[in-house]
Amino acid sequence: MSEAALDWISARSEIVRNALSIGFAVAMYGLSFGALGTTTGFTIAQTMALSLLMFTGASQFTLVSTIASGGTAITAVLASWLMGTRNTAYSMRMTPILQARGPERFVAVQLTIDESTAMGLAQDETAFQGRASRLAFWATGLSVYILWNTSTYIGAVSVSAIGDPKAFGLDAAIAAGLFALVWPQIKSRLELSVALGGALVALCLTPIVPPGIPVLAAATVAIIIGWVTTRNDA
Amino acid sequence: MWFAVLAGAAGCYLLKFIGSAVPAHYLEQVTVKKITLLLPISLLSALVAVQTLAASQTLVVDARLPALAMSAVALRFKAPFIVVVIISAATAAALRHFGLAN
Repeated sequence: MSEAALDWISARSEIVRNALSIGFAVAMYGLSFGALGTTTGFTIAQTMALSLLMFTGASQFTLVSTIASGGTAITAVLASWLMGTRNTAYSMRMTPILQARGPERFVAVQLTIDESTAMGLAQDETAFQGRASRLAFWATGLSVYILWNTSTYIGAVSVSAIGDPKAFGLDAAIAAGLFALVWPQIKSRLELSVALGGALVALCLTPIVPPGIPVLAAATVAIIIGWVTTRNDA
Repeated sequence: MWFAVLAGAAGCYLLKFIGSAVPAHYLEQVTVKKITLLLPISLLSALVAVQTLAASQTLVVDARLPALAMSAVALRFKAPFIVVVIISAATAAALRHFGLAN
């Protein structure tokens, strides 16, 4: 076997291994999502439908937490859409790399989330004629899809058995999970100010406007800072 | 509830799909690029803040805040995702169990 072929075999197994560990890490989060869904008053079928069809953690948590904190269905839907807008940016970035055709393209679209995109972009785009990036995306997307849905189901059905999720700190686990996802995205003072600004806007608005809106409003921080800083650079 | 589930899911799929259909030249615009990069950061940070300090429409300090502080420490030491989540849950659960926080 040629050296290049052997290189690909070892690169491939490392990618698959990482994809699986991300899947298992996310499963913990899926467990708390399943539990939160059913404690909020969603049925098991509705909670599962969110994981199977929406398949984007932040939107799912936003939708459920908005309802949990007394928001209306419309606010919850809008908030979930807004949280889903970053997937638009992800698929803009991944589409030329994946070069998926036909039905494969529609599956790739559904699997476009934080983890699959981050893994796909973590590879050298030119390595193995782009095969590394594509495998990393697909392996992570599929691993997370399967484990996210399995863990959602387990969390949703076992919640009544395990009692109050708060007693297990599951509410804190949700915040920590999101925190861990945003953490690596803060690479400079620019991202830090956007993060703190977004948090501050949301907290200031919490007592004034209905639940869900404060998070929506935090988008303005990114838009203003992004617009102003590019204008100043130009 | 089904309305929220299905409308939310359909919209989220559409949002993912739109990204795959955007012409490449539009994405290369500096301002567009910068804003799409920063948007998830402000939204996720806002959500973390709200999930840590909000109880419906009031701000409260309870077991969630020390739990988040512990997860920050874990992240500072480059702990894996699952460890961060478990540390946070364990902190909140322990504080509540011993009656030290709500």
